[in-house]
Amino acid sequence: MGRLAWLAAEVAGAKWETPRVRTLELEVPGWPDHRAGQHLDVRLTAEDGYQAQRSYSIASAPGEPVALTVERLDDGEVSPYLVDEAREGDGFEVRGPIGGYFVWEPGDPAPVLLVGGGSGVIPLMAMARSRALAGGSAPMRLLYSSRSLEDVIYREELETLPGGGFEVVHTLTRERPPGWTGYSRRIDRELLAEVAWPGEDEPKVFVCGATRFVDAAADGLVALGYDPRWIRTERFGATG
Amino acid sequence: MGIISRGFSGRRQDGPPDRVPPGQYLTDDFPVLSAGPTPHTPLEEWTFSIQGGAEPVTWTWEELRALPSETISKDIHCVTKWSKLDTNWEGVSIDTLLEAVEHDAEYVVAFCDGGYTTNLPLEDVTDGKAWIAYGYDGEPLEPEHGGPARLLVPHLYFWKSAKWVRGLSLREEDEPGFWESNGYHLRGDPWQEQRYWGD
Repeated sequence: MGRLAWLAAEVAGAKWETPRVRTLELEVPGWPDHRAGQHLDVRLTAEDGYQAQRSYSIASAPGEPVALTVERLDDGEVSPYLVDEAREGDGFEVRGPIGGYFVWEPGDPAPVLLVGGGSGVIPLMAMARSRALAGGSAPMRLLYSSRSLEDVIYREELETLPGGGFEVVHTLTRERPPGWTGYSRRIDRELLAEVAWPGEDEPKVFVCGATRFVDAAADGLVALGYDPRWIRTERFGATG
Repeated sequence: MGIISRGFSGRRQDGPPDRVPPGQYLTDDFPVLSAGPTPHTPLEEWTFSIQGGAEPVTWTWEELRALPSETISKDIHCVTKWSKLDTNWEGVSIDTLLEAVEHDAEYVVAFCDGGYTTNLPLEDVTDGKAWIAYGYDGEPLEPEHGGPARLLVPHLYFWKSAKWVRGLSLREEDEPGFWESNGYHLRGDPWQEQRYWGD
């Protein structure tokens, strides 16, 4: 097995998703393609040779140009650069794709439950996009918890993706716009019972978010009778 | 040297270079990473066993806690890039456990609640290099960090320090564990930056 090489990446486009989250579309000659849910390493180099590395989830579907969606962590080192500074034509290096467990294949017919908290939606979006692009037939439901409507990443796209077996259920935990009819609380067992597929369907579950969020969702699903082996998790620690 | 990223200068609060391996940054937090739900095995049902020797050997929780323990202060390094200095643990040395086992194995696979496994050469878990840890910072190890007990192999990337460990399986040959079958390096030495397959 050859070593994953560092590849030159150029910023080909950028899009604000929320006031603290931006998507960078990258041009990476030689990129070996990826599977939905995988991540990559980013390496930034300063003029004097100082380097910093971090891992980021890939937001784009397999077969599409690599897109990274990055949330600014105020005390971070790499994320403020990627969110606020990098612009079209700027370059850095990437290495990947990485990870062979938190991945979903569009040919898998089992129903899929995606549970995302905040920027935890990013690798899940790669799965939703992958399903749409491949014309996958697996029923897929995204349960997405955000603080407020303004914090919903991919808001417009999530309005147009549903249909053909893909559904989105939002919950807003802090602020709701007037007339909000969706859920208005943190994910709990009752909420999961209403949204999750029946256990008889043996769904595939992908949960991504901060540790407490992931534990609440995963423990809640296990309490509903889900087999822990159906549940794949990815947790965000401090990654600046 | 890589491609210069215009406008990037970096934060550079990266501590003593002889303690921070290449590509790592320091954190004061203790981030949590795991591939599935957190298991909760009651202590009265919990056992630790070593299999694959002349005879399998099993300890109950009370028996494990009655073995001589050590306090361990070590730096830890996660493959996701964070390092944390001077972490304090309490646990039983793998050397102590292996004294009870007759074997001629060269590798081990640690196995855990939840199905997680990780592989290690025997020499990476002997001679004072690895422990079954049940205490962290003077407190019982919390479930999210692998409690009641986790393997602690601080000189390798921290995925080798398997959470919720329930035993070791002695082997003659190296056999990839969970992450090692999913793209991560067989050994995982942070000082050689052995993160992924082929590193």
